[in-house]
Amino acid sequence: MSVASIGKYEFEPLDKVENFHGNQLTYLNWEQHLLFCAPVCLPLPPEMPFGAFMKEVLPGVYSKHPDFKEINWDEVTWTLDGDDFTPNMAASLADNGFGHKSLLRFWTPGLDGIEGSHS
Amino acid sequence: MSRVVSITLQNNDDARPIIEAIEKDNPEATVNIYPGMVKIDCEGRLIIKQETVEELLGREWDVQELHLSIISMGGNVDEEDDYFELSWNL
Amino acid sequence: MAEKRKKKLGIKQRYSMLTRGLGWDTTYQDMDKVFPYDNYEGIIIHDWEGWEDPFRLTMDAYWKFQSEKEKKLYAVIDSFAQNNGHLGITDARYVNALKLFLTGVSPLEYQAARGFTHVGRHFRGVGPRVACQMQAIDELRHVQTQIHSMSHYNKYFDGLHSAPHMHDRVWYLSVPKSFFDDARTAGPFEFLTSISFAFEYVLTNLLFVPFMSGAAFNGDMATVTFGFSAQSDEARHMTLGLEVIKFMLEQDERNIPIVQRWMDKWFWRGTRMLALVAMMMDYMLPKRVMSWREAWDIYFTEAGGALFADLARYGIKPPKYADIATKEAEHISHQAWHIFYNYTHAAAFHTWVPEKDELDWLSEKYPNTFDKYYRPRLEYLDKEEKAGRRFYNDTLPMLCQVCQIPMGFTDMDDPTTISFEVSEYKDDKYHTCSLGCKDIFDYEPAKYVQAWLPVHQIYQGNCGGAEIPDVLKWYNFNLGADNMEYNGSPDQKLWDEWQAHRKKA
Repeated sequence: MSVASIGKYEFEPLDKVENFHGNQLTYLNWEQHLLFCAPVCLPLPPEMPFGAFMKEVLPGVYSKHPDFKEINWDEVTWTLDGDDFTPNMAASLADNGFGHKSLLRFWTPGLDGIEGSHS
Repeated sequence: MSRVVSITLQNNDDARPIIEAIEKDNPEATVNIYPGMVKIDCEGRLIIKQETVEELLGREWDVQELHLSIISMGGNVDEEDDYFELSWNL
Repeated sequence: MAEKRKKKLGIKQRYSMLTRGLGWDTTYQDMDKVFPYDNYEGIIIHDWEGWEDPFRLTMDAYWKFQSEKEKKLYAVIDSFAQNNGHLGITDARYVNALKLFLTGVSPLEYQAARGFTHVGRHFRGVGPRVACQMQAIDELRHVQTQIHSMSHYNKYFDGLHSAPHMHDRVWYLSVPKSFFDDARTAGPFEFLTSISFAFEYVLTNLLFVPFMSGAAFNGDMATVTFGFSAQSDEARHMTLGLEVIKFMLEQDERNIPIVQRWMDKWFWRGTRMLALVAMMMDYMLPKRVMSWREAWDIYFTEAGGALFADLARYGIKPPKYADIATKEAEHISHQAWHIFYNYTHAAAFHTWVPEKDELDWLSEKYPNTFDKYYRPRLEYLDKEEKAGRRFYNDTLPMLCQVCQIPMGFTDMDDPTTISFEVSEYKDDKYHTCSLGCKDIFDYEPAKYVQAWLPVHQIYQGNCGGAEIPDVLKWYNFNLGADNMEYNGSPDQKLWDEWQAHRKKA
């Protein structure tokens, strides 16, 4: 529906990709690990290789969790924007299908968080 | 479905005669006491009568003085010179 | 009382004499030009005289009662300050609820004053105009009395020094701010539905009544008094909310679907904002009156149930997703507190892990959920804090496009999985935290793409700098005093000194 208004109602979205200085936003969530209260938001260059993201970005977000060092990355399952996803480590985020404001979620089988509480 | 009307008043000296009057005129009302306040619930309707409050207070009492003591309420309001009533349409 | 003073006119006649007949139809300008905003929303009004004021409060009586309320309130505030009333509160942790109140709620009172002043000008009917103008004055009184009461705490405690500045900038304060911005940028009928009905009638009880009772229980005389003094006006505001709904519904049946949609929208937005109040009640009151769950049962399930049963005769249904909101009452306070625990380094108030007896109380009040999902996490956080490794989340969170709360709420049927919704609009994705927020986005995407999401704004470079300390300075925080864990804070140190003096005395 359009907004009921007294005149023309058209405004620029505040979060267009151009506003992020060459980065695009990526949302990231480690499932069943709610010690981290919410998914995080990261401004990342679309040309960053997925492997670099894994090595340089992801640990900075989640390594405080005691389960983090237990993760067997070969067993991890991923979804990107709701679809099953197999990352290509050498390819860039963009070539892996990441757009502006894409949501990446991952599951770590066998790890149930603090005292099995999924935290 | 609950049809409870409700009024919440401060638990202080100004409100006490009003609370007492409500108890007198609405025998089926339930009075819940919380820190600082009193919540009175009653099925369907609840009335505050000027006459009863005045008797308890020993002076004239304008129904609108209720504004000084009320905290909250639930129900359709009917305000007159000599009473204040809350009700849901049954 | 044999002789009663006889008034010349009855209350109804008196009220009608003093309100109606004050307006007139303009002749040298078209009425639609004089009142350009009261029909574009699609609400059809045939007869403005059909407006009924439940409280027949004339202006002279209004001034009389309001001045009496003010005299009583200021006597208490003054004596509270003179007698060092802050020493009598149960625990300094409690003051953190006031910090959230002063930065998150009091500025809304001011927004309400602005909103009601605006719509009080723009209804062509005299009844609603008078009611809105009175309410605008009330709201101004609320913000003033709140600032005045809490200014006493500002002499001793951190985080209370820059409320309006923080309200416009700080990430979590964008939640209440955007709520009111959304309402004030809607038309006058939607504004009244959002603020007077959904917020004041259906939800405000949950903020002012049990929380203020909690303030009484925790020895905070100043807050109880302004709270209940404001609430005495609120009772009148609630009736305005119910009246505007009945008025719209009685005027034309084409109004029904519009009103229903507004109710659905504003009920949901209101419940989201109340997540802040939920955690204030379950976590921030050292002595607790009732749990959030209990308050929800009394004030929404029971009181709201009776209200919506009454409105059913107009064809109005209870708000969409009320069932989800009721399920959330089991979880929302714990999830909201956890969000703030994660990000207290970027908040102007302290958080902490509740003490053991407080955890036991939560276990007892939430027997189906607390031990299973939340207690192990809190006990772990406690252990970490005591070992000198206080947990903070170092990465900025993803926010909901509509309510602007970090996406920390779970699927209510699966409380270990975050709830995600997404919409596409003009080639961009917009993420929301719930079906309720998604519906709101999808109905008016052109409005919500303009949302000023604090995390995105930080990344765009609009909030004082690239590093978090720069952002916090831009928020006007005193770093190391206003923010971080309660244990070890200057607030705690001061409080402990006072308690030690007391013991010695």
